[in-house]
Amino acid sequence: MILRGSDRVVVWGMTGRQGSFWTERMIGCGTRVVGGVQPARAGMVHLGLPVRGDAADAGGFEVALLFVPPAAVRAAALDAIGGGARLVVVLAEFVPVQDMLVVLATARRRGARVVGANTAGLVTPGEGFAGIMPAFNPRVFRPGRIGVVSRSGSLGTLACLNLVRAGYGQSAFIGIGGDAVPGTTSREALQALEADPRTQAVVLLGEIGGALEQDAAGFVRDMRKPVVAFIAGAAAPPGRRMGHAGAIIDGVGETHEAKRIALEEAGAVVVATPADLPAALERRGIPT
Amino acid sequence: MNLTEFEGKAILAACGIGVPEGRLAGSAAEAAAVAEALGGPVVVKAQVPAGRRGKAGGVRFAATPAEAAGHAVALLGTEIVGHTVRRVLVERRLEIRREIYAAVTVDPGARAPVVLVSAAGGIEVEAQAGDMRRLQVDILDELSDAAAGALVAGLEGGASLAGLLVRLYAAWRRHDAELLEVNPLALLSDGSLVAADCKLVIDDAALERQGLMARAASETTDLEREAAALGLNFHQLDGNVGVLANGAGLTMATLDMVRHAGGAPANFLEIGGDAYTRAKEALALLLRLPGLRAVLVNFCGAYARTDVMAAGVAEVWRALAPVVPVFFSVHGTGEDEALALLRQRLGVAPFDLAEDAARAAVEAAAR
Repeated sequence: MILRGSDRVVVWGMTGRQGSFWTERMIGCGTRVVGGVQPARAGMVHLGLPVRGDAADAGGFEVALLFVPPAAVRAAALDAIGGGARLVVVLAEFVPVQDMLVVLATARRRGARVVGANTAGLVTPGEGFAGIMPAFNPRVFRPGRIGVVSRSGSLGTLACLNLVRAGYGQSAFIGIGGDAVPGTTSREALQALEADPRTQAVVLLGEIGGALEQDAAGFVRDMRKPVVAFIAGAAAPPGRRMGHAGAIIDGVGETHEAKRIALEEAGAVVVATPADLPAALERRGIPT
Repeated sequence: MNLTEFEGKAILAACGIGVPEGRLAGSAAEAAAVAEALGGPVVVKAQVPAGRRGKAGGVRFAATPAEAAGHAVALLGTEIVGHTVRRVLVERRLEIRREIYAAVTVDPGARAPVVLVSAAGGIEVEAQAGDMRRLQVDILDELSDAAAGALVAGLEGGASLAGLLVRLYAAWRRHDAELLEVNPLALLSDGSLVAADCKLVIDDAALERQGLMARAASETTDLEREAAALGLNFHQLDGNVGVLANGAGLTMATLDMVRHAGGAPANFLEIGGDAYTRAKEALALLLRLPGLRAVLVNFCGAYARTDVMAAGVAEVWRALAPVVPVFFSVHGTGEDEALALLRQRLGVAPFDLAEDAARAAVEAAAR
């Protein structure tokens, strides 16, 4: 799930307003966008790229990026997986959970990976990005050795900004998204970064609600690379959904406190506020 | 969205699952009439879209229509687990031989549907978690009779319980449920199974295709209701520092910064996603929070353009001229334009670090 400059990306919904805006920026950052899929616009050329009716016509590609509304995600994702996508990035928020379960079950059968839904996407500074992150902003992203995993695009942006301000760059940003049932979990993102030779340390941005951080902690224990984490939602009251479908405290294990303890016991450093992330990396001996 | 027991049972009945005879009543007279028509002992149950109703006194037994009317009077108009009781369900009282627990939900770890069943149902089912049997279902298939049969092997109720689970799974699937729970599922002395209660939570993201209208949560304040009507995700909290940020994660982190600086946030208000263009409406709403002493604006634009959000904030600030001070931190997409705009129109310079803006807001609120 680490995006590479060699990955061929096809954008579903490329001709829409947001699809166009972000595809243009992705191309500007060096992303290898090879075309778009939009059944109603099949045959047209947009941003210098061919627009096709479905994945079968889109030619060879590895990554499907879905700029489609939530109700259209299921059909687009199944099309992409059927057409050979290795990785499907689902940006839409409010995708029905049963639709995602169908997409994920299909992906498992076909050996494909899904990132999202409700993710801001993937960024590999210097190589490209797929999603809605300010990868083109050198104050937020620059090539480096820190892998960043985030449930949130906005908090991920703030953390990356703090890293760059302190002199750190990123080896990869993996937005796993704010849904309660994500296609890729924090743990799986950590596994990819642990295996990535260009990543020296990991910043994990979690949230209250669900069990993703506890699950990730089980792997942090076995990691060679240092993990510095921030968990959003310390000030959030229980029982209120804090914007993300996954960010609601329903049980004891889902509180900020429980997650902090699980991660600390596994050997991660958990900081109190995002501005403390760079200093924590420095204390772990990670050079800028 | 939580459906009420009555709404859930209507769906169960349509899916071929037995439910007790009964009807809704909105007054004591109606409750007595339903009890009269049913004949014999009844149960009077407050209809609120929430669990733990029994423990809160929302379920009462009546031997006569007069007693049923008395229970209806005691329940109607009161608050149970945060919801006003507008209707009661009057049902024939069941002769239960055994209380079973049956449910279908999403297993977030397996990222698949899971069927749960336990021979020890009832209100203490959480304490009996050890007796719970679980079956993960492949969502690309149906739940087969054979798989359901294997799950309930050896349990009282046997084959009819397996058949009921197959129908329960089909109902969960057809209605885009997050949770469909029958507890207790009553095994009667004649061996039949009847859903004595039903908790059905429909996926909020699927309400439209299910033909359902979102129901405002009961605990909402007037401001929260207004925000919901505007399509904004807003929670009123009890602090005095108003917080406006974009994106759920950043908004939560901003509340944390306020608390970390020793203050208390007055609200959660997210204008992420396409709602970023609504900064104007969001701020106007936020400024009406009672006891507000300072406002903290933290924008970190990725998808959301900070120049668009800052323009909205500046417009509202100049129009309403609030007396509370405002502190900004603005970064990301459109940052340069946003900073210039705030300097020009409001004469303020945003803090570089969001934490510093939070600290300044907390100090101002304490003065």
